[in-house]
Amino acid sequence: MIKDMIPGFELFQPTEIESALELLDRFGEDGWALAGGYDSLDWFKNRGKHPEAVIDLQGLAELNRIVEIPNGIEIGALTTLTEIENNPTIRERFGLLAEAASKVASPQIRNAGTLGGNLCQDARCWYYRYGVSCYRAGGNTCYASAPEALNREHAIFGVNRCVAVTPSDTAVALVALDAEMVIRNSGGERIINAEDFFMEPSSDITRMTVLEPSELLTAIRVPNTWIDADFYFEKVTDRNSWDFALVSIASAIKNSDGQINDARIVCGAVQCIPRRLENVEAMIRGRVQDENTAAQAGALAVQNAEPLNYNHFKIPLMENLVKRAVRG
Amino acid sequence: MADLIGRDFTPPDLRAKVTGRAKYAEDFRADGMLFCRLLKSPMPHARVRAIDATEALRMDGVIAILTADEVPEQQGPANNILTNEPHFVGEPILAVAAVDETTAQDAIEAIKLDLEPLPFCLDPLESLKPGGPNARTDGNTIVPREGVKEIKWKPEDFVGTDDGKLPMGEPTTEWSFGDLEKGFAEATLIVDESFVTASHSHHSMEPRTAMAYWQNGKCYVHGSSQSQAIVLPGLANYIGVEPENLVYIAEYCGGGFGSKGGAYPIMAIPAHMSKKTGRPVLMRISRAEEYFLGSARPGFQGNLKIGFREDGRMTAADLYIVQENGPNSGFGDMGSAAGALSIVYTPQAMRFRGISVLTNTPPRGAQRGPGQNQMATAIEPLLDKAARELGIDRVAIRRINAPDNDSRYGANQGPITSAHLREALDIGAARFGWAERSNRSGQRTGSKVIGIGVGQAFHSAGSSGFDGLVRITPDGKLHVHTGIGNLGTYSYAATSRVAAEVLKYRWEHTVLVRGNSSHHLPWNNGQFGSNTSFTMTRTNYAAAMDALQKLKDLAARELGGEADDYDITNETVFRRDNPSRYITYAQAAQRAIEAGGAYSGYEAPDDINPMTRRSVEGLVGTGLIGVARDNLERRGTVPALAAGFIEIEIDVETGRIEILDYLGVADCGTVLHPQSLSNQIKGGAVMGFGMACTERHIYDSKWGLPGGVGFYQAKPPSYVDVPSEMDWAAVGIPDPQNPVGAKGVGEPLMGCAAAALLCAISDALGGHYFNRTPVVRDMIVNAFMGQDQSHRPLQVNTQ
Repeated sequence: MIKDMIPGFELFQPTEIESALELLDRFGEDGWALAGGYDSLDWFKNRGKHPEAVIDLQGLAELNRIVEIPNGIEIGALTTLTEIENNPTIRERFGLLAEAASKVASPQIRNAGTLGGNLCQDARCWYYRYGVSCYRAGGNTCYASAPEALNREHAIFGVNRCVAVTPSDTAVALVALDAEMVIRNSGGERIINAEDFFMEPSSDITRMTVLEPSELLTAIRVPNTWIDADFYFEKVTDRNSWDFALVSIASAIKNSDGQINDARIVCGAVQCIPRRLENVEAMIRGRVQDENTAAQAGALAVQNAEPLNYNHFKIPLMENLVKRAVRG
Repeated sequence: MADLIGRDFTPPDLRAKVTGRAKYAEDFRADGMLFCRLLKSPMPHARVRAIDATEALRMDGVIAILTADEVPEQQGPANNILTNEPHFVGEPILAVAAVDETTAQDAIEAIKLDLEPLPFCLDPLESLKPGGPNARTDGNTIVPREGVKEIKWKPEDFVGTDDGKLPMGEPTTEWSFGDLEKGFAEATLIVDESFVTASHSHHSMEPRTAMAYWQNGKCYVHGSSQSQAIVLPGLANYIGVEPENLVYIAEYCGGGFGSKGGAYPIMAIPAHMSKKTGRPVLMRISRAEEYFLGSARPGFQGNLKIGFREDGRMTAADLYIVQENGPNSGFGDMGSAAGALSIVYTPQAMRFRGISVLTNTPPRGAQRGPGQNQMATAIEPLLDKAARELGIDRVAIRRINAPDNDSRYGANQGPITSAHLREALDIGAARFGWAERSNRSGQRTGSKVIGIGVGQAFHSAGSSGFDGLVRITPDGKLHVHTGIGNLGTYSYAATSRVAAEVLKYRWEHTVLVRGNSSHHLPWNNGQFGSNTSFTMTRTNYAAAMDALQKLKDLAARELGGEADDYDITNETVFRRDNPSRYITYAQAAQRAIEAGGAYSGYEAPDDINPMTRRSVEGLVGTGLIGVARDNLERRGTVPALAAGFIEIEIDVETGRIEILDYLGVADCGTVLHPQSLSNQIKGGAVMGFGMACTERHIYDSKWGLPGGVGFYQAKPPSYVDVPSEMDWAAVGIPDPQNPVGAKGVGEPLMGCAAAALLCAISDALGGHYFNRTPVVRDMIVNAFMGQDQSHRPLQVNTQ
């Protein structure tokens, strides 16, 4: 039951990343890293999460910048979605990410919401958000997959007890761009592929990402590998602002003389993690980029999809989006 | 009479609203004020077995709890203040007052509540089945004049309904006119289809916060309401004081859309808590709570059987509605829906049957066009279907059935004041370029298809018999006292201009007195039902005419002759035969005070309401008082009618709808305030688009939990979902039964837009018809891809 009243907590506002990491380490499960706040404050208001300490990251200037690195750029996790949308470098070289960022929520939310926050946000399953004791919340059932459950927005692939989907628009773009996530804790740094950043419910049903409680996503590295590719991003929603994807798609396709040389295609809101369509990528490699290839790609993409009570529309919708992406 | 009426102006409360200086209920503070929060039912139906607040009351800063046993019990199915038998998720069981809100919420979490779960019901048809669940322990429906009853339909009523045909068992309401059988016998075409319109929330921007304190025996309440005067008796009753001992302050309202029309029970909680604690109490209602407590439009499961002549004329209409009413008394949407059908399409014969079924979902109440707008969304696409089958243009089939001034309304086929829907259709069709645009129907470019639509709607939009009160003070100013309320449409100001117009006042010399019942306000209707424009122009006219007569009387007393020898100009009263002999309004006000009697409020008309009488008494001797009950003639229903025209583009691969263009046309008589009308037409359209395509209640059938408790879940459209420019027009033919020709129009402006959009969707999809609102993205994808829909026919609360 929604409470709508933020409980008390201890607020830390570090100005050095080391201090932030030390605090996360100290408080562990009882600590909470706060960026733009759109997901965090929602949880606090509903008293669905009860951190003892909130570590506000806004004072960490080094997490809020976009810098050139060898063979790409590094985007600080605190960079706002509006900054991503408007940054000339990102627009020129990684238009796919700029486009995805521009489709998140509403202008107000994009002005404060951060890239890191968008990637790390929790599942939007309405049952889970309502505060029921489901698997993801530490309980022992899934309300959204019950026989009469209302699960229009839920998964058609990769269901394992939880049927929630990835809500992040930027995640699908970053997986398509083969980005890397820079993760730090007080002991050091690790780099993992964007594709491996998101957590399958079969691995850990209570977390959406691989981040441990003491860890912080500090930056996202986007390689230049795909800057020459044709990008396609589309997010289908019920309305044009402040809405999560019913299905989204991000693709990068390299072609020459009408022939597809390489591709990365990723769908959002069909599975708990961004769903990379490797079989489709393999199938279209070397093929002529035409309606026929697009149709075959679409059909292959939705093979083995398993709809729930209210979401079989996602199958043709995903098929259509894949077709549109491949068609170019 | 053309200086003020029909011209744009800056309403006096506008600047404060756009600068943020306007104070709404939750902006007020008082010394020692406590905050209260509500403990709400987590279950759709339950009985409180025990409440243990020991631990909560021991917490620092917690002052008191207030339970249902300490507030006036509401009779039968009325909405409760607090309850020991919650009938919906989110119904308040008790309130906790503390020094701050966090503490109050902490205390609520420390309360041990022992609830006995009771059977619950979410689907009216399920409840009507033999052995089906009842929303209340004493029944599942409300029978007019009898109260809560249990009605179960017979098994045979449900035979053959699996294919989506509405079962039609025993109704609780039935009426008809004309010869229905003959009407259908004469029909060339009969359309007979069942439909579903979803329940949806009001989304008032300002949640229904209230603050209260007691001082010297009077209770002061800052509330959020559309209305002012009409709130008093109801709220006084909920609090348990005489209306004269209640001071109600509501200067601004952040939207109500019908859900804050009158007093509502939870508004009384801070007053009761304040009485108990001896301290001021503020109860802020949150956005999520607004979805529980903030009322909702009832949904319909219905069936329409309509007969048409070859030329499209409607010969007979047979309407059945099963209304999803929430657990309490709800609202009379289904009857209003039937009334709308009777006047918008003027069928030669008609029957209406309906039953309002109780469900354990939020209490229902009026929402903009209650019933009429559901009707518009259900019937208008059927009209298109008939037009296609008969080979008639879709505007033409509406024109041939449209009402005129001689048309009759509703069950009793009573008269109406004026109706110009046909003119609205003509103006709209010409301005929109209907004929040319219709050629684009179904035109496909890539995956995008063009759809064109027209929609119509109605609401009864005017009342009479309320009081007007104006005052001219010795400084020469005109004070228009208005008790209608400030819903946000500025019609309180536009209608007050009538008093200034009658007295030929400069607007700059006119002061509007409102927003606080201690400021001597007259008894006025509520600001609901699109009635303000019609009702309040009459009261202000009546009061101003009384003041005008008194001005002339006083001038005659001062300067000789008879009152009829005098006229007014430039805020003076002059002798017609010698304009150099005059007194100013300021002088007249002074003379009124000296003359006493009715001139300055020592006497008042016998037929005014006691509230107005008290207000006049409070103003005694302060100036020239104009006060009168609106006894102007009114015969019949005041129809507000509207037509909407739309062009859309649907992406059939994604179900995405883009609205390319919209035009709304209002039949609202004389236009009082063009800018405000334009805002109503466009704002109403945005709300209608949400009704048509995105908004609906969803409830998990196993747990009874609501899935739409936030803006992002309930999905009202925003400005990026509509064209940045939308067009509007008005018929502009004065209503003969209003002194300035005005009638209201706010509500059908939503319904006509919703209907137009639904018709355009069907048009784009080549006549495919959903029989359901909202038509969400997945329905379009499924329809276009030839897949079954996810929901069962007639199912409610689906996603």
